[in-house]
Amino acid sequence: MSRFTDLFMGMLGAAPKKPARVAEKVQKIMVLKYEDKDRYIKEKLHARAHHEVSHKWRNRRWAVLLATNLLFVLSFWLDIQLLEGSLTASRFAGFHLIDLNSALQVMLAHKHIIVNLFIGTFTVFLLWVLLGGRTFCSWVCPYHLVSELTEKLHLKLVDRKIVTDHEFHRGTRTVFWLLFGLMSIVTGYTVFETLSPTGILSRALIYGPGLALGWVFLLLLFEVFWSRRAWCRYVCPIGLTYGVVGSISPMQVSYHVEHCFHEGDCRKVCLVPHVLDVTVKGRASEESMSLGPDCTRCGLCIDVCPTDALRYEVKGLSKLL
Amino acid sequence: MGDAEQAPRKAAKPAMSIEKAQKARRKFLQSVGLTAGVIGISLLGYVPLSRAAGTRLRPPGALNEADFLSSCIKCGQCVQVCPVQAIKLADLNDGFGVGVPHIDAREQACDFSCDAVQCILACPTGALTYKKPEFLNTREGARLAVAPILKAKEKDAEPTLNLKERIGVAKLVRPENCLAVQGKGFKGQARGANFKGEMRYMDVDRWKPIPVRDHPYDLELCDLCVRECPLKNAIELRPLKGADGIARMTPVVMEPCVGCGVCEMICPAESAAIVVEAQAVWKGASV
Repeated sequence: MSRFTDLFMGMLGAAPKKPARVAEKVQKIMVLKYEDKDRYIKEKLHARAHHEVSHKWRNRRWAVLLATNLLFVLSFWLDIQLLEGSLTASRFAGFHLIDLNSALQVMLAHKHIIVNLFIGTFTVFLLWVLLGGRTFCSWVCPYHLVSELTEKLHLKLVDRKIVTDHEFHRGTRTVFWLLFGLMSIVTGYTVFETLSPTGILSRALIYGPGLALGWVFLLLLFEVFWSRRAWCRYVCPIGLTYGVVGSISPMQVSYHVEHCFHEGDCRKVCLVPHVLDVTVKGRASEESMSLGPDCTRCGLCIDVCPTDALRYEVKGLSKLL
Repeated sequence: MGDAEQAPRKAAKPAMSIEKAQKARRKFLQSVGLTAGVIGISLLGYVPLSRAAGTRLRPPGALNEADFLSSCIKCGQCVQVCPVQAIKLADLNDGFGVGVPHIDAREQACDFSCDAVQCILACPTGALTYKKPEFLNTREGARLAVAPILKAKEKDAEPTLNLKERIGVAKLVRPENCLAVQGKGFKGQARGANFKGEMRYMDVDRWKPIPVRDHPYDLELCDLCVRECPLKNAIELRPLKGADGIARMTPVVMEPCVGCGVCEMICPAESAAIVVEAQAVWKGASV
């Protein structure tokens, strides 16, 4: 199977595989890396010592996320009419934008697609193909932000051995995606929208809070005391929908094995650590590898990496320049 | 048989340790539990639906309730364009109807002060629509005989509202509360000094709705529901036959009524004598 298929299957829930064949150049790099153990350790410590822990990408991302959601809120409150609607569907300066997963649920439930719905969906599809698919999750979705904040509490509690993290099978999300789609077709209701914390939070911000926030609160409790980032990791079909879009996106986080000391800091901060399986010693097959569709391009791994082995990359663009 | 065959093979080549296998099994079961749990909770959305089917007044141009719930994308663009903020989004206690728009006519009715039914224009999915696709069924009596004439636009080149179906029908449900039926007049603010509802008054400003409380009345016989009805020939007062010699009138709802709810909002009686029956269809005049 090709790397594309492997990554796609990995997004659906398959366990990461060891590479069948490692490029000669990578083999050479690995040999050189470990040739002189003392030098290797020295270099590692050197890199650590000179690594200024920054939150560059996280801060940029939070700023974008807050600005986007604020734009929705202010458009309504101050009647600027720049970005009208909410995250499920909106109009930017008059142009229809429709969330891909919400559109999918409506299409399946209603079984009828009007022109505006198609235009809005297609526009958003193109937009996220360019921007990287699950970029939506980490750079726009308001639930991602609150979940990211409560995750810190979860990790603290895990650290103090007050709670343990319960992992579910990653394939559960694929099952949810299928079930929610099926339920839309069968019941004729957009069942997922009832629970979607993305829609609930977006509407609460714009139109005012309500009971529905109670559900979001329960989800956060579950994530703090039972399972780390459970909604985003194992349930949310929005993530998978955008992941599929992102599978053909040139916007990627890429990994460069030459610079890596294989310490795994990146995997510890990652929402979807399976995409960073390539950073495990011996798993990289090419000099430069993109992390694939399930990566939310959040940049936490880029911030945490002391050696610049992980970078944002627009495929094709670097060759052009 | 199958067990006997499998047992020795397992013993010969353990794919994983017993501990690992147990862990994997637990993970699988927990994942099944998570799936069942979330799906179960999501299906709770049915409960409010089965209880309260058809009791919400939807914005103009709404498809039939089931189609409306399935096609609405819960974005609230209709809320944003409404000049009198008549449209509200439902909360989680509406189940699958969470985030779906509705109108509470007593608090703030749709008075068509936007002229063009802006909410329909704003809807991205066709849940609110000027023209319903043919394969969607139309309930008998929901279709308006002719395009309703908006009093405010009566002198314009195009005086009609682009609306094919009604969203409800007004009904005099508490005639005993009706001031006209009692032969009484009305003086003052229709809904009191604290009422927040707004309406467009053509004699004040065609393009700017004002609070109802800023527009007091002085009427010899209360005719607010007829006077403020935004549509032509949707409601009229007819004399009541009475032997006591008092001039009494009763409001009579007629076929052009689209169910906008202005009569319910403006009715000064507590509780309102006239209300909109949401999603009701025209069944003939009730006199």
